[in-house]
Amino acid sequence: MSEPGALTLARNGGLLAPSGPRITPLALLGRSGAKRVFQRNVVVYRRGWKFLVSGFFEPFFYLVSIGLGLSKLVGVVHLDGHAFPYTVFVAPGLLAASAMNGAIFDCTFKIFFQLKIMKVYDSMLSTPLSPGDVAAGELLWALARGGLYCGVFICVMAGFGYVGTPWVVLCFPGAIFAGYAFAGVAMAGTSFMRSWQDFDFVFLVALPLFLFSATFYPLAVYPGWLQLVIRCTPLYQAVALLRGFDLGLFTWSLLGHVAYLVAMGSAGLAVTARRLARLVLP
Amino acid sequence: MTTDLETWGIQHAQGARMPPSLRVLRYHLYTYLRTWRSSLTTSFLAPVLYLAAMGVGLGSLINHHVGTVDHVRYLTFVAPGLLAASAMQVAASDSMYPVMAAIKWIRTYYAMLATPLEVSDVLLGHFAWVTTRLVLTAVTYLGVMAAFGTVHSPLAVLAVPTAILTGLSFSALISAFAATQENDQGFATISRMGLIPLFLLSATFFPISQLPGWMHPLAYATPLYHGVDLCRMLTLGGVDWVSAAWDLVYLVALTSAGVLLSRRLFARRLVV
Amino acid sequence: MPSVDAVIWARGLSKRFGDLVAVDGIDFDIAKGESFGFLGPNGAGKTSTMRMIACMSPKSAGTLRVLGMDPETDGPAIRGRIGLVPQDDSLDLQLTVLDNLMIYGRYFDLPKRVIRERAERLLAFAELSERADDTVEPLSGGMKRRLTIARALVSEPDLLILDEPTTGLDPQARHLLWDRLYRLKSEGVTLVITTHYMDEAEQLCDRLVVMDKGRIAASGPPSALIDRYSTKEVLELRFLGADPPGEALRGIGERIEVLPDRVLIYADDGEGAMGEVTDRGVEPTAWLVRRSSLEDVFLSLTGRTLID
Repeated sequence: MSEPGALTLARNGGLLAPSGPRITPLALLGRSGAKRVFQRNVVVYRRGWKFLVSGFFEPFFYLVSIGLGLSKLVGVVHLDGHAFPYTVFVAPGLLAASAMNGAIFDCTFKIFFQLKIMKVYDSMLSTPLSPGDVAAGELLWALARGGLYCGVFICVMAGFGYVGTPWVVLCFPGAIFAGYAFAGVAMAGTSFMRSWQDFDFVFLVALPLFLFSATFYPLAVYPGWLQLVIRCTPLYQAVALLRGFDLGLFTWSLLGHVAYLVAMGSAGLAVTARRLARLVLP
Repeated sequence: MTTDLETWGIQHAQGARMPPSLRVLRYHLYTYLRTWRSSLTTSFLAPVLYLAAMGVGLGSLINHHVGTVDHVRYLTFVAPGLLAASAMQVAASDSMYPVMAAIKWIRTYYAMLATPLEVSDVLLGHFAWVTTRLVLTAVTYLGVMAAFGTVHSPLAVLAVPTAILTGLSFSALISAFAATQENDQGFATISRMGLIPLFLLSATFFPISQLPGWMHPLAYATPLYHGVDLCRMLTLGGVDWVSAAWDLVYLVALTSAGVLLSRRLFARRLVV
Repeated sequence: MPSVDAVIWARGLSKRFGDLVAVDGIDFDIAKGESFGFLGPNGAGKTSTMRMIACMSPKSAGTLRVLGMDPETDGPAIRGRIGLVPQDDSLDLQLTVLDNLMIYGRYFDLPKRVIRERAERLLAFAELSERADDTVEPLSGGMKRRLTIARALVSEPDLLILDEPTTGLDPQARHLLWDRLYRLKSEGVTLVITTHYMDEAEQLCDRLVVMDKGRIAASGPPSALIDRYSTKEVLELRFLGADPPGEALRGIGERIEVLPDRVLIYADDGEGAMGEVTDRGVEPTAWLVRRSSLEDVFLSLTGRTLID
């Protein structure tokens, strides 16, 4: 009883009902409970819209820094036999990284904060809402907010003239796939977290992904064996997908990246739902 | 832990007088001892990862294209910038959420003020703690830099106090800001509108001369620029003593102003 | 089987947390329209029982029916008809007073128009209309409590569960809250209240159970419990700076409880008992005769006081 919040989310009896124990992860997203949790976020952020808007400047600063500073030092980057200005090369990589960081923030820190400090979910779970609704609602919010930021990012890219081809529009759904993948897994991770200390682990995973996933330079910089390892990591998949779209380098492997990201997000959601459901049984 | 605490408490009661602000520092150390393993790992891994990715990885493209940056390879150029920037990050993050938590969420400061401790003790204890964290961060970073072979001068040891001072200038200003906040949204704004642009544009990743002329005065006005400049001169050797003195005066003046400001704002917030 | 009009029906209901037995096989029925109390000290198992009734915590053993349904399978349906006022309020600090009601109502899938109309009424009921657009944080303890009750009522529940509704409130705030609960009671809302205040239980509950260490020690209407487990009056004697002379008083009244700071003599005639005390040459620092209360019931059942 010492931690009612955690207990509630973990053991709530309602997850199994009324649709019975077999709720597929994606079906959760469509339930009205998820919509209600989503709407709460809308109301909260309507009051904190400045906070939301300040996030729009992030891509701006990154792209300015690269455009004014690093691009002159790096020159052009060769990829698949084409040469691209560094700004054009790096922009979709940063977009993917931003989708990852946003999803991870919304599904780890924010949820844990609302669970442990603001105790938001305690009151939600005294209503007909189930833990599954809460998880799905927060995931939907993460996707919506991530989508908004990615849209702004793409516009800033276009404004600076850092886009490769008009196919850059495909980066928008692409970034949503990336957000889904990281949000699902991050939420599954949060369901295992016990204290703030566990967040060091989030950092230990996110930082190397951010730095080494061919975000800032092509994979060719690495020795062959390392290239193989990096290809398997999720942010590389997202970077390769968005870069492929932006630069108009269409190959079948793009489908592989999409499949990877969707599978990853669904696996994360399934683990989250299963974990909550299993803990329901005393 | 509890036994330790009790032993300390008893010794203290028997007359070993400890300055009040150090009693606050001791509190921070106790709470840190529960998490030191993971945070030490991150404070060691972060420099390794950054130097490997930006210095070595991105550096290979840059060295290929422009040869050297400021007469050294890119890794050597970027390392002291990252040192100063990470001091900024550590100091800033320890002065945002933890201060807010101690004021509002966990209310540790009020518990402290219900004892003989005063607002200035609480504040100095907080800065002593941030300094401790900065010492750990800067020493680790310099060690990693040396392992990467980017330390070119014995003066580099002075980069440690420089990084600490850089961090403290941010800590003082941000703590003052945190004491005025009602919720944590302001911190995201500080990060996005302040720390991130500084990190990206204050000579950390490229010489300031790359920026258009109108941006130079802006860069000179930021504390991070002076921290980076000083750290870079010290690790590369070839110190321009005039600009070094100017960097130092700037950082000391800003830190002092920040400490005075946070003294006022803490008192206004905590004693009502 | 559960009787037809039982809103809550429990048999052998238990809750364990690892080795700790919080609720140890209790039986009770709560009828529609009744105001039912769980009285007991901290750690007696009241909150665990509340959380099982509110379908927020699964039972470890026994049978529980709430509104004719099984919390194990019908959690959302049951919660849809319950209003919960938890011990720690758990208000949404990121929202305004009005939005707390609006958003909470949406969790029940109520239409916005309906919630808005109810919210207006409930804020008046809770005397919070002027604070509708303020954030929750600066509200006083009593205001937060009233807002939590208003929030629990937004779904017009059949059953209102209040976990220690007045703990931590000043006397004025308590009385205002009691007044509001009376009104609900008169409107026919079934109330389930936990408390460790005997006066609260006497004031608000038609019927109650006394809980101790996870079990039910006694049950019945407050007056019946007092009749059964106590005398009409109690003589309290205080002795400052000396150990209470328990031996010297032996045999006076029906029963004597010697507490660290005072001696309680249970007798139907308190004044008469005081005469006997004086006759024996015992001179207390202070004395008074009072009516018996649930505190005395608890003391007689467990040998301990409710609030120590």
